[in-house]
Amino acid sequence: MGKIFKFHTDVDTDQIIASQYLLYPTVDEMKSYAFESLDPSFAEQVRPGDFVVAGENFGCGSSREQAPAVLKALGIKAVIAQSFARIFYRNAINIGLPVIICRELHDAVETGDNMELSLTDGIVTVGERQFSCTKLPAYMQGILDQGGLIASLNKE
Amino acid sequence: MGMTMAEKIIAAAAGVDKVRSGEIHTVEVDRLMSNDGTTHLTIDMYNTKLKHPHIADVDKLVWIVDHNVPADSPKTAATHKKMRDFAKEHGITFYEGKGVCHQIMMENHVRPGELIFGADSHTCAYGALGAFGTGVGCTDYLYAMVTGTSWVLVPETLRFYLTGRLPEGVYARDLILTIIGNIGANGANYKAMEFCGPGLATLTMSDRIAVCNLCVEAGAKTALMEADEVALAYLRERGREPKALYASDEDAVYAEEYHVDLSTITPVVAKPHFVDQVAGAKSCEGIPIHQAFLGSCNNGRLEDLRVGAALLKGRKVHPMVRFLVVPASQEVYQEALKEGLIQTFIQAGAIVMNANCSVCWGSCQGVLGQGEVLISTGTRNFKGRAGHPDSSVYLGSAATVTASAIKGYITTADTL
Repeated sequence: MGKIFKFHTDVDTDQIIASQYLLYPTVDEMKSYAFESLDPSFAEQVRPGDFVVAGENFGCGSSREQAPAVLKALGIKAVIAQSFARIFYRNAINIGLPVIICRELHDAVETGDNMELSLTDGIVTVGERQFSCTKLPAYMQGILDQGGLIASLNKE
Repeated sequence: MGMTMAEKIIAAAAGVDKVRSGEIHTVEVDRLMSNDGTTHLTIDMYNTKLKHPHIADVDKLVWIVDHNVPADSPKTAATHKKMRDFAKEHGITFYEGKGVCHQIMMENHVRPGELIFGADSHTCAYGALGAFGTGVGCTDYLYAMVTGTSWVLVPETLRFYLTGRLPEGVYARDLILTIIGNIGANGANYKAMEFCGPGLATLTMSDRIAVCNLCVEAGAKTALMEADEVALAYLRERGREPKALYASDEDAVYAEEYHVDLSTITPVVAKPHFVDQVAGAKSCEGIPIHQAFLGSCNNGRLEDLRVGAALLKGRKVHPMVRFLVVPASQEVYQEALKEGLIQTFIQAGAIVMNANCSVCWGSCQGVLGQGEVLISTGTRNFKGRAGHPDSSVYLGSAATVTASAIKGYITTADTL
């Protein structure tokens, strides 16, 4: 069970982590600035196992891998959005952060709601309600299952 | 059934005769560009996460320090040092302070027919030379650096058939913003945007780079233009040969086709805080500005500086406006010096900076304070993109930006 942090449509990577923090030496030094412009208390309030829920085109804009990386470093279990921008989507899978497409969830929940996610079934549960999610293509699910692209490379 | 340009380049890189959109293929990557925005993380992963760290083909790598250059803090300096030292140790082609990565790549490296990964979203600019450029994160970059290969999902293509010619005083920036305004910020998500038709021949290389460069703002995976005589002349001038020349087959399958009559395009701006919030520049007439920026990989080329300098000749930058002019590369800077453009800018009261990403990146030069308004030829106008979260960015052509810098409010060049 984790808490939902809900964001709008077209959240760009500058909002997830702003440019001025990208050249900090490590992701751990950047993570406390995640979503700073949209919700300055986010990094303080988020707990490992929580979820980000968003509308369409989540993670549009820059290719900065720091965007999914700070969310993963803060313990976000998965990002569930109506759709994702492609570079963010790919980066998230590559680092082993589940990104899940669910059309209905965004309009049905609010920040602070508790939800459960079964990654294997692709089912989100919020209270009494259940939502089914779009499955990842097998190739990408394979990368995720191995713990990301580098983990899969090390196994080759 | 024929193939699109995107499909042909991927098929060649995958070593197969035919590919179709929706398939996933393993491809050989021709070139790998990375800049100081993420390379330090790539290096850390290389050093600590890999079981067998090695570089498949060091000649494919190009590393460019362009985002925060020269360093603006001890942290940035440490990040740059890490990149510089690693590049030297491994013999990686390395540029520092020479200009914005995509401009450097166009001037020195990109060849038609190549498949190029860049750890920067605007890598789609390389389509101006008929190359498949796409932005990736540092994990994808590292994987390709180690294996020489990667996986790609073959994209569907949106085809933009161009006719006519841009009217006097209307620029490539107006064209691509108009297109993005029409299809929306995710209108080309996961797709390739291909530009063709007789109108393409009227666009200069600088125009073409500006058009392709901005396609990621519609979500595009890549942008492509057939390398014609204009593109080949650009290559020849720089002593390069194409890898291969591709054009889409007549019976290629497109996800969508659009007809754009260039003669109908008018000056536009993208309003805060999204690149698809496009409106006629006239509709924003009179909005006060505090800063103007002429530069970036989109509009920092000689052609753009000429437009700005011609408008500034005999005029002054408004006393309440900082006008930052930033050539996209040192090659551009030197040409601008020869033509006297830099002198014109300085005499008019502009601030001319070293070749780098500058204001477009909102981190080290010309950062905005709370409540300030910028008009910019940069690539993005996201919330806080140029500094304080409560600042605003309008995007427009070199002409609209310069005219606004002179007047102190958003206006178009025809009002001067």
